[in-house]
Amino acid sequence: MSTVNLVYFSWVRERIGKGEETLEVPAAVVTIADLLAHLKTLGEEYETALEHQNVIRAAINQEHVEHGEPIAGAREIALFPPMTGG
Amino acid sequence: MGAPVTVRVQREDFDLSAEVSKLSSDRPDIGAVVTFSGLCRDEAGMLAALELEHYPGMAEAEIERICNLAVERFGLQAATAIHRYGRIIPGENIVLVVTASPHRQAAFDGASFIMDFLKTSAPFWKKEHLTDGTAGSWVSAKDADDTARDRWKR
Repeated sequence: MSTVNLVYFSWVRERIGKGEETLEVPAAVVTIADLLAHLKTLGEEYETALEHQNVIRAAINQEHVEHGEPIAGAREIALFPPMTGG
Repeated sequence: MGAPVTVRVQREDFDLSAEVSKLSSDRPDIGAVVTFSGLCRDEAGMLAALELEHYPGMAEAEIERICNLAVERFGLQAATAIHRYGRIIPGENIVLVVTASPHRQAAFDGASFIMDFLKTSAPFWKKEHLTDGTAGSWVSAKDADDTARDRWKR
């Protein structure tokens, strides 16, 4: 098991029902894609928020990453929809 | 030392002419200043307000990274980018980009580049509040914005 600090934004935050949390994840969770798959097993709210897994964007330590990125050593992992600023 | 880059993410409004003055005063080497400001539209009277959410820390870092890319690529002499968050009503400012260069084309291109990348990679999200009182929805990302960004690929 390892500990991950997660932050959520926009409709990912609303659907999960919280802006941040710290979770223990199994050692088999290696990448962002593994993390998304694991989160979807935690309940209906996660399943709904992360249903379209390919549109979810991720950042590790406040830098954009692809879903294949390993999460080992991450201080903070953020999950959010495509950005709509400007 | 590189060209000065100023980035701010703030709730309060900004003053276009004050930001231009700050960037260009005592800089007789500057020959062109381009200013872009993005405003909240009323969507034909449908929109009461936008709620802008951001990722504190990453929002500033990402805009600064984009501005530095633009400075390097277009040889800008200075760049300023300000993005607001919180509740913004139609007619109000959302974003400001100011670029400076010796000649106009670099300043135009630099401002365009910064906006195209800001829209697709700075962590901000807009939620609509409608005038009929119904719960608004989150604005969807547009393919056109990805296309605008991708034209800078080389």
